[in-house]
Amino acid sequence: MTIHAGTSDHLLARGGSWVGTSVRRREDPRLLTGTGRFVDDISLPGMVHAQFVRSTIAAGKILSIDLGAAQSIKGVRAAWDADDLALGNMVATLDRPLTEFVPTEMPILASDTVRFVGEPLAIVVATDQYLAEDALEAVTVRYEPGVAVTTIDEALATGAPLVHEQAAHNTLVDVSLFDSAGTDEAFASAAVVVSVHSKTGRQNALPMETRGALAYWDDRDEQLVLYTCSQVPHLVRTVTARSLGLDERKVRVIVPDMGGGFGIKCVVGREEIAVAAAALRLRRPVKWTEDRREALTASFLAREQRYDVRAAFDETGRLLAIDADVVCDMGAYSCYPFTAAIEPLMASSELPGVYKLPDYRVRGRAIASNKAPSAPYRGVSRPQYVMVVERLMERAARELNIDPVEIRRRNLITVFPYTGVNNITYDPGSYLESLNLCEETLRREGWFDLRDREAGRHIGIGFSCFNERTGYGSAAFAARKMDVVPGFDVSDITMDMDGTVVVTTGTLSHGQSHETTMAQIVADRLGLDIEQVKIHQGDTDRILYGYGSFASRSITIGGSAVALAAVKLGDKLRDMAAHLLDTHIDNVQLDKGRVRRVDDPSVSLSYRQLADIAYAKAHLLPKGLEPGLRASASFDVDNDGTFSNATHGAVVEVFEGTGDVKILRYFCVEDCGVAINPTVVEGQARGGIAQGIAGALFEEVTYDSTGQPLVASFIDYRVPTACEIPDIGIAHLETPCLFTESGAKGAGEGGTIGAPAAILNAVNDALRHTGVELDDTPIPLHAVAAALSRVRTDEKADDD
Amino acid sequence: MKPAAFQYHRAHSVAQAVDLLSELGEDAKIIAGGQSLVAMMNFRLARPASLVDVSGIADLRYVDRGQTLTIGALTTHHDVERRFKSVLSDGYTVIGDAMQWVGHLPIRTRGTIGGSIAHADATAEWCLLAVLLDADIVVASPRGERTIAASDFFFGLYTTALEYDEMIIAVRFPRPAPHAALTEYAQRHGDFAVVAAAADLDVADGEVVSGRVALGGVAPVPIVCDAARASLEFAGPMTPDLAKRCADRIVAELEFDEVATPGGTEYLRGLTHHLVVTALLRAAATESVAA
Repeated sequence: MTIHAGTSDHLLARGGSWVGTSVRRREDPRLLTGTGRFVDDISLPGMVHAQFVRSTIAAGKILSIDLGAAQSIKGVRAAWDADDLALGNMVATLDRPLTEFVPTEMPILASDTVRFVGEPLAIVVATDQYLAEDALEAVTVRYEPGVAVTTIDEALATGAPLVHEQAAHNTLVDVSLFDSAGTDEAFASAAVVVSVHSKTGRQNALPMETRGALAYWDDRDEQLVLYTCSQVPHLVRTVTARSLGLDERKVRVIVPDMGGGFGIKCVVGREEIAVAAAALRLRRPVKWTEDRREALTASFLAREQRYDVRAAFDETGRLLAIDADVVCDMGAYSCYPFTAAIEPLMASSELPGVYKLPDYRVRGRAIASNKAPSAPYRGVSRPQYVMVVERLMERAARELNIDPVEIRRRNLITVFPYTGVNNITYDPGSYLESLNLCEETLRREGWFDLRDREAGRHIGIGFSCFNERTGYGSAAFAARKMDVVPGFDVSDITMDMDGTVVVTTGTLSHGQSHETTMAQIVADRLGLDIEQVKIHQGDTDRILYGYGSFASRSITIGGSAVALAAVKLGDKLRDMAAHLLDTHIDNVQLDKGRVRRVDDPSVSLSYRQLADIAYAKAHLLPKGLEPGLRASASFDVDNDGTFSNATHGAVVEVFEGTGDVKILRYFCVEDCGVAINPTVVEGQARGGIAQGIAGALFEEVTYDSTGQPLVASFIDYRVPTACEIPDIGIAHLETPCLFTESGAKGAGEGGTIGAPAAILNAVNDALRHTGVELDDTPIPLHAVAAALSRVRTDEKADDD
Repeated sequence: MKPAAFQYHRAHSVAQAVDLLSELGEDAKIIAGGQSLVAMMNFRLARPASLVDVSGIADLRYVDRGQTLTIGALTTHHDVERRFKSVLSDGYTVIGDAMQWVGHLPIRTRGTIGGSIAHADATAEWCLLAVLLDADIVVASPRGERTIAASDFFFGLYTTALEYDEMIIAVRFPRPAPHAALTEYAQRHGDFAVVAAAADLDVADGEVVSGRVALGGVAPVPIVCDAARASLEFAGPMTPDLAKRCADRIVAELEFDEVATPGGTEYLRGLTHHLVVTALLRAAATESVAA
């Protein structure tokens, strides 16, 4: 099999531009033929292997850790606990009063108190992974067990044991962001008030590549080199340097190829810092590769939330007010840098979504529990609150006897910019158009007819409408009052002597194909073939502080920085050429690898000629121009960001006996502004939808009442496979962003956001004759089976 | 997820394998396809001191259709599903068809019938087929060969009548089962079944004269349902109503322990009922028995 990388023989679909073209992913040849380089692929001379002694109880005190027996095993090079390593703790903070946010420390290794099963207590290092696991078995830890807090109800109960002493009622975050004056009046005067009480399961984002780190000290560079699979290499550098007491220049973080991140790798982990500390002490390369059991029990989790929400509607189905109480179970620790507020703040500020909402009251809380901590996971709260709001719409439609699609139409924001009751200004989107197209498509394909015709089958159709804020700049993150405010990003571009360019970006791909899409942006700006553009990413020594890739920021912010840097380089080329061609800069323009006079297009200099002068014949450079060809740029967003939007439609069939849910059709109409590479966008949508379906129907991390995880392998954590995920239809609408350089909006998370609501609504539609409504995810199949069996029993009783 | 240290031995014949087992004692384990054992070793849930690798013994990979059907212990699930499919066409299609439920394709290409039966997972398709079809398990040891009836073979969760120095060499199915079917349910394709049900009907002139139903997943071992025998005796043509009545009786007599399955016993009862009905109707539909 020959795999061709994207080359210049691709058709340039959009008037000679690379942007908008489905160029083949340039990463794929190496990734598909096994020549990619992931952390675990790297092996260094003298390298040793680390493993972590982890707590076997969910709550309690550590009385002693005996590492002696482990240390005496032949081949074991070290076994250290927190006292041995004396590492600084991580503390993620928000600039909010203690009544709203309680900061808590996360030690690198727990030394006194343990807060979840799987928490790291000590690191052992051995010459191979087998011996490292033998060493783990030889370690004896004595505990004084405490009482574990494992549910939201337990955490909030009076007299509950405290996961962190300073957090009364186990409440880490308690914010009431909005309470508009008319809320109570709206409920009092409403034609109908509907409510939803919903719980969503704890999930693991499950990147195919588990976490991992490889660290060594480089004497010559006086640097600790840390290879790790992180979405935020610079933040890892900062925290590692602080924790180890090193100058920041003495830590270099390199992220090679990554097999997914989905958010859980945009926080700083404890293990990579402990591995770095071990490498410093041993003066040897130390590698740790998280195994799947650790990934499922001791990594970062997400999504366990409880919603108690009411909504008021007038008789025409117009939404008047929402009153929401959101509680997020964030597990044992606040993640760095986002804190435990990540989920409740997202839910509180963004819940109104695509709908015009006159009045809004919301309380958002984060509680601590004795479970593995939560981190952002693709969508962050949006899959949950969208599901709740979409259930409210369905319920109101039923109460008011309005078609469920029609009631959405009546409430969608259609005039932009729109500033909501949540003080967010929404830029233009295609909310109504996407809903109409999605409904029309399913109708045209005959799904409504099938549902209404097949009386003996249980077929349902469900929709979800949503928007998602992407391109969070410093201003938007500062509104969260984070101590570390991500937002801007940076790019450097260099043209070499042969006229080809190297671009470095502070964002990095963990599967999203930035090496292709960023190159498309640069190629357009400079009139190059994308093969002449190489993208570098994921190395803290190669670029000024960048914030990496999360929150659908890469193309919007990183892509804009890259575009601006390319334009600056182009300006420099024009400046040089203008001098050399004896004309004014306004009289020259870039044209397919040359700088050409506007007034006489037959006169031009090629990039290669210009670069040759810039480097090899600097004496020919006009006065005032520096040798070399390079430029840097940064980009930030000073408004509320840009909102992508979509409507998802699902057709499902549910089955008696098993309660099984089969997805007959899934259709997504999405709008992420200008799609730099439509194939990449579709890949993002499909992957996201698969994760959304996983949350709706399959995956849940569960614990017993003592906090022991019940999910430790793929036998229990039911990630759906290709057998369970249907073919997904996708249509694109394009409402360009007005302030990103390419008109792109973020496309990384939408799929995940829309799917749970669409599936849940479809399942409820399929159960419409049963009188049962389900609001929790993952949807319990036994509840589906019970609903269907109740109807069957009732029918039988009627027959008798 | 790396196994504890173990000694590795490779056997080239059954005699050599059982001698090794005898010599190494109770801490030795046979490895064939390794599809369950290796995972358990990686979790350190199983930590045999020695492994005796029998996968190189060539003459245990066969399906022989003589007076009875005999399947060599090292025959893979995929062999049965594909390579020997035609051998099964005469009365044993239920066995070949059941293989689609065994894990995923890569598992089926390595896992073996002998390994599956020796492992004795309560939901395993081979264990269910063995009790449903009254198979004989042929085992070898340094003392020679013996045959254990499937009904006497499974003791409990992962425990069997095998002695530490015995090795399964073949499984014999004594009679054809032209009207039999196996079905099961798991939310994800390829997972261990929540419940598996299999039915085997004796049919004369289009009427069910007797039959058996076996269930996996409802008890620590696969069970044959006594209730089914009674309700299928001279029961006439198989109809949805007959299947339902039979399932009613089976489910009524089942005793579930307090189960951790979400939905509890109520869900398991409904699911079992549904699968029994499906298995009975499919078994009848294999030839023209359906009314």
